Amino acid sequence: MSQSGKPTGLFKNLSAKIAAIPMVLTALVVFVGCSVWTIVYSFTNSRLLPSTKWVGLDQYERLWGTRRWLISIENLAIYGILMLILALVLGFLLAALIDQKIRFEDGFRTIFLYPYALSFIVTGLVWQWLLNPEFGIQNAVRSLGFESFTFDPLYNTNTVLYGVLIAGLWHTSGLVMCLMLAGLRGIDEDVWKATKIDGIPAWKTYLLVVIPMMRPVFITTLVLITSAIIKLYDLVIAQTGGGPGLASEVPAKFVFDMMFVSQNLAQGFAASSMMLVAVIVVIIPWAYLEFGGKKHG
Amino acid sequence: MTKFKTYALGMLTAAAAQPALATDLEVTHWWTSGAEAAAIGVIADGFQKSGNTWVDGAIAGAGGVARPLITSRITGGDPMGATQFTHGQAMRELIEAGFMRDVTEVAEAQGWKDQIFPQSLLDSCTFEGKLYCVPSNIHSQQWLWLNNAVFTENGLTVPQNWDEFVAAAPTLREKGIIPLAQGQQPWQKQLMFSVLMVSIGGPELFEKVYGELDADYAAGADVAKVFTAAAEARDLMTGSNVQAWNEAARLVIDGRAAGQIMGDWIQGEFTQSGMKAGEDFSCLPGLGVHEYITAAGDAFYFPKVDDPEIIAAQDILAGVIVSPETQVDFTMAKGALPVRRDVELRDPTPCIEKGMEILKAGHIVESINTMVSPDTVGRVTDLMVEFFADPGFTPEAAQAEFAEIIATAD
Repeated sequence: MSQSGKPTGLFKNLSAKIAAIPMVLTALVVFVGCSVWTIVYSFTNSRLLPSTKWVGLDQYERLWGTRRWLISIENLAIYGILMLILALVLGFLLAALIDQKIRFEDGFRTIFLYPYALSFIVTGLVWQWLLNPEFGIQNAVRSLGFESFTFDPLYNTNTVLYGVLIAGLWHTSGLVMCLMLAGLRGIDEDVWKATKIDGIPAWKTYLLVVIPMMRPVFITTLVLITSAIIKLYDLVIAQTGGGPGLASEVPAKFVFDMMFVSQNLAQGFAASSMMLVAVIVVIIPWAYLEFGGKKHG
Repeated sequence: MTKFKTYALGMLTAAAAQPALATDLEVTHWWTSGAEAAAIGVIADGFQKSGNTWVDGAIAGAGGVARPLITSRITGGDPMGATQFTHGQAMRELIEAGFMRDVTEVAEAQGWKDQIFPQSLLDSCTFEGKLYCVPSNIHSQQWLWLNNAVFTENGLTVPQNWDEFVAAAPTLREKGIIPLAQGQQPWQKQLMFSVLMVSIGGPELFEKVYGELDADYAAGADVAKVFTAAAEARDLMTGSNVQAWNEAARLVIDGRAAGQIMGDWIQGEFTQSGMKAGEDFSCLPGLGVHEYITAAGDAFYFPKVDDPEIIAAQDILAGVIVSPETQVDFTMAKGALPVRRDVELRDPTPCIEKGMEILKAGHIVESINTMVSPDTVGRVTDLMVEFFADPGFTPEAAQAEFAEIIATAD
């Protein structure tokens, strides 16, 4: 910004600034304001209605002593890491395959992107049926003659999270593929010609030349996937309801249940504040590297 | 012209004949299933007879969805005329904050104290000596439902109590039958545990734990028996992988499972599939051990409003809900028990008769929802969800955690 020194700096691009005011206000009031409100009230003993009786860190002590919360955090971490890696890998592979100038590209693209047009609730229900041992995949394979085939990830405490992950991947990979495909198409044809002349194999070109050049696309994708991971809720509700037992509980569900089922607002606020802290811990170093780092060299 | 005149005249006389002008009263509720919708229709009809208009505010989804909507409308300054709500402590904060209207005058004018039975229904509506809700029906939870054919076909006699049921279980297992069906939803696990506490432990135990919140007692030997029974029940339920309670009932009806612990609302599922109480299926109140039932159910609340017409309509609705005519039809439709002693039900099934007898004998326990806060219920539920899902969770460890919850409960 070169507005320093000029008295008219404030009025530069006036119409653009006026146009931005509603969004700025929304961001300040809705996002920042409500976050602060939530954090403040997480230090009270609010139940059904917000109360102002201060209880210090009690809500946080109880939160971190609650096993369901700890399980939720662990589940989200496992789901998040696997989702992030697998969605990127699958999405990129699909995009690279489609990019080989194949026939019916439009058809494949539509098929892969289609799941994204469905809501998480529908996705969850569809996969709940598919993974149900009595009328899903297991039943279909058994009716082919493989009587001992067992595939019921949603009914086993140890595998339920992967059942949810399959549905999540099915939903998200198509979008990742589209973004990646756009990125691949943005790579100059000359780059490919140059590597071909140098005799570099295609997989090496992808890994060492194309992917680094696609950095902005990867970052956009990363942000989209991460935000979908943090707010994971509806998929779990539709697919497992958090079960069996507490095996597929997630933080967003904990917050909702605390606030509206247990009627304990402050406990829900404390949990959502912790989720906010987790997001900030991830975002600040990244934002610093991405924006701050560049400026200084 | 003459036609119009007669029409207008007719309107005038009709209006004059009515005691008050028609008022629109919006009533919110989450009774949307077939039997429930028929039941709320009975109340609506009764209310419309007074000349006022019932505006139906059905909210799709269960209480978990409807409760936040209802409370936010009341606290947000857009109250409905009346609302169905959980009978118990859930509404307490709104009452304390002065959002709700008391209907003490109606109750006194109509002498509810002498008619409504059991008394505890009114007690849990009362706050600082004033009555804030109208109980509409009683639902009891402590029932073991059995498919008779499953037992007789496998050479067993139909059990008369929990111990006989547990003893019959190994034979059923051999035949590939799940002894005890249950859905996986959290509230069903909590219900199961509460039922075991009342039925196996007895009403005094239940009162001591949730009423007096005696944490030492909750850690003691008496409650340990309940946890042992819960661990037994957990083994009996292995293989019951359905989600909803009516899917579990389906397992029992189809003979794939032998029995189910569930509230009296399940009876409709059995009768609708052509089974007869006493002949094709049995019901054991209190699991045949301690024949006590919870007398809690649903209630209607009235938000505070300024409009005198709406206040008058609220009073009329309050009277309609507990009137004997409504009570008979309403509870028949909903498959529940009436809140007054002086009504005669038409052709009650043996199970409903048993329920009425227990009620009349005063063998009643309070519901967990009226004894402790929703927060405490939530914590107990979480514990039970974990306990029933994980065979490695010992009853001793669960009891220790349970005692901890009771120590900090409210």
